[in-house]
Amino acid sequence: MSTRIKYRIGKSTAFQALTVVLSASCVIPLLAILFYIIKAGITKINWSFITNVEKPVGEMGGGVAHALLGSIIIILMAALIAVPIGIMVGIYLGENKTSKLAYWSRLSVDILQGVPSIVIGIVAYIWMVKPFGYSAISGSIALSIMMLPIVVRSTEETLKLLPDSLREAAYALGMPFHRVILKVIVPCGISGILSGVMLSVARIAGETAPLLFTAFGCQFLSADIRKPMETLPHVVFKYAISPYNEWKELAWGASLILLLWVLLLNIITKVITRKWKVQL
Amino acid sequence: MESTIVKAVNYNSYFGDNHVVKNVSIDIPRNNVIAVMGPSGCGKTTFLRGINRMHELIPGATAKGQIFLNGEDVMEMHPIFVRLKIGMVFQRPNPFPNLSIYDNVIAGYKLNGIKLPKAERDRIVEHSLTRVALWNEVKDSLTKKGTFLSGGQQQRLCIARAVAMEPEVLLFDEPTSALDPISTSTVEELFHELKKNYTLIIVTHNMQQAARVSDKTAFFYLGELVEYDETKQMFTNPRDTRTQNYITGRFS
Repeated sequence: MSTRIKYRIGKSTAFQALTVVLSASCVIPLLAILFYIIKAGITKINWSFITNVEKPVGEMGGGVAHALLGSIIIILMAALIAVPIGIMVGIYLGENKTSKLAYWSRLSVDILQGVPSIVIGIVAYIWMVKPFGYSAISGSIALSIMMLPIVVRSTEETLKLLPDSLREAAYALGMPFHRVILKVIVPCGISGILSGVMLSVARIAGETAPLLFTAFGCQFLSADIRKPMETLPHVVFKYAISPYNEWKELAWGASLILLLWVLLLNIITKVITRKWKVQL
Repeated sequence: MESTIVKAVNYNSYFGDNHVVKNVSIDIPRNNVIAVMGPSGCGKTTFLRGINRMHELIPGATAKGQIFLNGEDVMEMHPIFVRLKIGMVFQRPNPFPNLSIYDNVIAGYKLNGIKLPKAERDRIVEHSLTRVALWNEVKDSLTKKGTFLSGGQQQRLCIARAVAMEPEVLLFDEPTSALDPISTSTVEELFHELKKNYTLIIVTHNMQQAARVSDKTAFFYLGELVEYDETKQMFTNPRDTRTQNYITGRFS
């Protein structure tokens, strides 16, 4: 074998090895974060941590119940706003690939995805907080703006992957547009659409910046969406920057809960995509 | 005595500026099998898709002229009514992948929100599947997904789905081009049965198929309807030299 060929085979092997090594190294940061947070947070998590609310500095046994409830309410409301709008826009973009409106709204959605979350928080502040004061609903609106692009694009991409023969089959049976979409296209793409929704929820679950001056935070268990509300990421922020050691410990516990939550959402997404996938 | 069911008068269709079907006028008699043949890109599929207004679903596609169904201009009717009366079967079998075999057959009712009593649904499903000679093969697996069947069975399922709506005309767009020879002959045999109740218009790339299954044949070339006659007449004694060149294999 000539040295030239040996050299080329060597180069090819080296290139392959590089891709393998770098792919493997991708998991290192995740494992490191998991390891560190679990190690620091696991001792904090117990029943009273989940069921109690914030205690004044110096008192033992404070918890994050108020933040957990707040996060759930704020995320659910954000999803209620963003998911229907996002899916409808995604349907339009998926079905109208070339129209002018599709071009501009696709562009806007892409740009929206790149807008820093703190800026979205400021916008929600001007819209909602300035006229009505700090409230959970203003936080939900800020988060729903962040969810929107993810839901829109995942719906659009899912619908685009469905073959035209499916639409033709439905139209040829005399089905009107809304039934073609709701009875055929959406059910066939449901796994893709739902996984987009779940990923968008996972994406906003850890957002802190837009909540700083919208939902604001509070020390009490509250379910009133017109009032300020505590959230998990905000509680991590608040505890972590505080000068008290007990609070810093609590921040680790809250981080772990947040991390487990996001992890769980991602796992559910994987399961949904696998279970509900319609074999074309 | 034959009566005309579908009649096209100076029908033209376009993709943007591209004139695909040129001034086609044709009378299609009831309970006949009409084969539409011609080389690739001759506009035969586009013409077929014009009959049930599927052509206009493609962005930029337009049509001019008239197509009558029982004397009523389909260009004036709402496309939904047209498609309920004129069923269509496509080149590739396309059963709904999210529905069972049973639901695929009654998809035209189910997905259109037409409520039927269970006994009526059962009757339609059995009747339609029997018509396409699929009942015996699938009667024990009606709850399985339609995509579970073989290609030839899927295509017959799609024919059953169209038949279940009791249309007057069935359009077939190269219905056997994705099937193996055995499935192809099964589907071809169906045409003879189906024409007792329906009028069949079949676009085919395959001259032998046109000769085997059709009563009349239309030959399209470069968007024009060159010749339209009894199949026997056309294959034994074509009047136009272009038809003759095509069927003798000078071009394809």
